[in-house]
Amino acid sequence: MENSNIINHQPEEKKSTKISVRNLNFYYGAHQALFDNNIDILEKQVTAIIGPSGCGKSTLLRTFNRIYQLYREQRADGSILLDGENILDNSVDILELRRKVGMIFQKPTPFPMSVFDNVAYPLKLHFSLSKSEIVERVEKALRGASLWDEVKDKLKKSGMALSGGQQQRLCIARAIAGEPEVLLMDEPTSAIDPVGTLKVEDLIEELKQEFTIVIVTHNMQQAARISDYTAFYFQGKIIEFGITEKIFTSPANKQTEDYITGRFG
Amino acid sequence: MIKRGLFYRKTINLAVTAASIMTVGLALLFMGWILYTVFDNGFRCFSWAFFTEPTKPYGIPDGGVANAVLGTIFITLGAVVIGVPPGLLGGIYLAEFAKGSRLGNVIRFSANVMMGIPSIIVGLFVYALMVYTTKSFSGLAGSVALSIIMFPVVLRTTEDMLMMVPDALRESALALGAPRWKATLNIICRAAKTGLMTGVLLAVARVSGETAPLLFTALCSDSWPSGYFTQPTSNLTITITEYATNSPFPEMHARAWGAALIITAAILILNISCRLLFKDSKHGK
Repeated sequence: MENSNIINHQPEEKKSTKISVRNLNFYYGAHQALFDNNIDILEKQVTAIIGPSGCGKSTLLRTFNRIYQLYREQRADGSILLDGENILDNSVDILELRRKVGMIFQKPTPFPMSVFDNVAYPLKLHFSLSKSEIVERVEKALRGASLWDEVKDKLKKSGMALSGGQQQRLCIARAIAGEPEVLLMDEPTSAIDPVGTLKVEDLIEELKQEFTIVIVTHNMQQAARISDYTAFYFQGKIIEFGITEKIFTSPANKQTEDYITGRFG
Repeated sequence: MIKRGLFYRKTINLAVTAASIMTVGLALLFMGWILYTVFDNGFRCFSWAFFTEPTKPYGIPDGGVANAVLGTIFITLGAVVIGVPPGLLGGIYLAEFAKGSRLGNVIRFSANVMMGIPSIIVGLFVYALMVYTTKSFSGLAGSVALSIIMFPVVLRTTEDMLMMVPDALRESALALGAPRWKATLNIICRAAKTGLMTGVLLAVARVSGETAPLLFTALCSDSWPSGYFTQPTSNLTITITEYATNSPFPEMHARAWGAALIITAAILILNISCRLLFKDSKHGK
């Protein structure tokens, strides 16, 4: 198989592996969406997944927190090691897994409650904290998402009343409040305006000091701007994976080159 | 091919538009007519006594319908208490946990069938179940009959309203590590809150005008509804039937119009407030 040696494209730099995907296959009912995927996600780096629509980018992301399990016809086989533990194993505590692996969606999804309660929600789920500790951590998360200055006077207002870009940063604040280790972002800027996009991109740059970030994006300039590593997906297979700069300047694969130069996709 | 002329097209267009408008006009005409008749006749008997005094036995010219109003409120509230919780829970089950499952389809189909059961059959059923066995008509039996009619309505609207909540919201609650039941109650139901309330209000509006199921269960009475649990309980719809059809006295006919106006106005208000409630929530507040 031409794709099975992608591990060899591994960057030489010494960084520890956070997520290690081995022989992953994914099915929507009878339809297979991912074919024998192998990829290593490095700790505290931004890894971008690019490729044309329907190539399996989001599908891959959705296996990392097993959110696909919401739909009974979807299933995965193979293994995904998070710090060495196979998260596809049935014995895994799925609630704890999802605390460790946060997710940001394409459209902002503020809950129908106040800004404060939105961010406090995961805290109340996973920790037993005093009121003052919650207040403290909500502020920390909102600062972490560069949103504090904009919302500190309207914490009691509904989260749905914020602008689109603010809502997305609220979702990021909510996702980091539970102190996860990995952040999954599924086209986080495709539904917000350019100014909001810029702020989210700047934020990703800061967040990678603390979190391992995997981002799916349709926007190749975005991938080039913000990611350290890039994987090019096509038809459920990883065609090429490596340091972003190399993928965008001298791709090894013809298909990758065609895609990033805009010849298809 | 020969193209039809512009004049021809315009004429057809005009004819179809005119026909549609006329049909709508016809529907509106009858609704207006009914409302006008009820309001016109009903208002005439409105007085202080009408709203404060209970119904009186045949032959006594004065009296009001206060006990019937109270009885209808009791019976309807009882039906809400009995019928709404299982309707909500069933709807949650269908929308959140039974997607595409066989059991879910069976439940959904049964609810649809239940909605089509004539209300008099429901009345008879509760008669056999509660009235016949206890040898006593009661307001409670009336509530049970109405709750059976409400249950499938609440269940289906609850399911529909929850299905309108985008999957992304479900996913983002679960992605934070919320257990399924917490995500459903804290986030999904909260997001659908106005829709759920609308469903309940519409179900109340639907049953508060029912007569047939009460005929076999709550029956009718001239006393205040203090015997709700064990005795026949006065209510508006049966009072209207009684006064309008069985009584030879014109004062009673007049009071039947008055009672009809009360119930029409109440249902109108319920429906309009549902509309307003739902409209508000759509504009994202």
